[in-house]
Amino acid sequence: MDVFIESLREAGRLLLSGDAYVWQILLLSLQVSGAGVLLGLIFGLPVGIAVGLLRFPGRGLAIALIHTGFALPPVVVGLFVYMVFSRAGPAGHLELLFTPTSMVIAQALLAAPYVAGISMAAVQAVPPDVRLQARGLGASRARALLTHLAEARLGLFAAVVAGFGAVISEVGAVMMVGGNIAGETRVMTTAIVLETRRGNFATALAFGLVLLTLAFVVNALLTRAQQARVRAGVHRPFA
Amino acid sequence: MEDSGLLDAVLPEFSSQHPGYVIKVIAVGSGEALALAERGDADIVISHSPAAEERFMAAGHGRARTPIMANDFVLVGPAEDPARVQGASITAALAAVAAARAPFVSRADDSGTHARERALWRDAGIDPSGEWYMQIGQGMGEALRIASERAGYTISDRATYLALSHALYLNVLVEGDEGLRNVYSVITTSRGRNHAGADSLATWLAGSAGQQRIGAFGADDFERSLFEPLAPRD
Repeated sequence: MDVFIESLREAGRLLLSGDAYVWQILLLSLQVSGAGVLLGLIFGLPVGIAVGLLRFPGRGLAIALIHTGFALPPVVVGLFVYMVFSRAGPAGHLELLFTPTSMVIAQALLAAPYVAGISMAAVQAVPPDVRLQARGLGASRARALLTHLAEARLGLFAAVVAGFGAVISEVGAVMMVGGNIAGETRVMTTAIVLETRRGNFATALAFGLVLLTLAFVVNALLTRAQQARVRAGVHRPFA
Repeated sequence: MEDSGLLDAVLPEFSSQHPGYVIKVIAVGSGEALALAERGDADIVISHSPAAEERFMAAGHGRARTPIMANDFVLVGPAEDPARVQGASITAALAAVAAARAPFVSRADDSGTHARERALWRDAGIDPSGEWYMQIGQGMGEALRIASERAGYTISDRATYLALSHALYLNVLVEGDEGLRNVYSVITTSRGRNHAGADSLATWLAGSAGQQRIGAFGADDFERSLFEPLAPRD
């Protein structure tokens, strides 16, 4: 039991002490996963919305593929990115392997299926009447689509939150393509692996608690934004 | 050592002779291995960190320690050799790397190789730090891959380097220095659960069968053996 109490204390100390090593790792985790989700949004959101709203041949297959992406093992994504960017690989001349950039790319690939899958479900959950009504009231197609998306915003937020949760917590891909270089590519999860290997269980668990705290803060902020829009928008969906 | 494939080549023979024992290999650096053993999570340890091993034995965590094999460390780096270390002594080479601020990958994982690397930096009179000194907290294979991809230097045991060299853009630049000799010992642990099995494996590794296996390892693939067996004890 002692080790757990010690870890809690250590976590508090790490967060409050302003330890440069810890804050640098925290910041890099946020930057890498934030950029990864953003990039994942750029690809995943249009795909999710299109598959959710359009009817086309092979749509069932597309949905199955997106859902398969939920099960994409981070190490496989890491391996793929590794092979592309290694000096022997097709994009080796870019010299991106073992840099934060390759970590962002790997995390974007991991986040995109979550974003696509959940945003697809979100736009499908909105009754199609909404768009028809909007069209009937004289809205353009684009305007009607925006109205539809506004109705789906809770689910679209959930897509961002799920994508962020998936990538901030993964270790396989960032370890493989980042290399856990101190001060350069070491993030929370790879730091946890490292401290565990060193036998510093309390520090490792403390990093884990810091990671959860970080996830909580980010989600609390997102939820606040989400609920605020709900309150602001609920009575005037066509505004 | 795990990355070199030695255990895969040596252990099956022991297992077939002693079917009653199951060997589970936990491949970690020496510091971590000794820490595992200290907690009672291992029956037997193969390590190459003499100073740490002596502390481990002195603290009563080990029952017996036997040197079983040796090889050597090498300083590897990109063929272009930006710090111009080729053929220098190891301490002069490290000083040149630091002076050139050329990328250097440190395992920084408390392994035997890391302990040796730290000792060699001390001998060179340098406390390495800065962006060029990349601390990765990982194993030898990763250190070599990162050095290769980032066109940097690193210190590796020769066996792992040779085993992976086909996929690396790295050459051996410094070798044969006295400071680069690397001795592995097998230690049976006090807090392990299976003393009989541990003793049996340690005796086998240090005995003629194990020593012969160790000496033969790598001869086929690399035209030289990767580990030098130290005289059999039985």
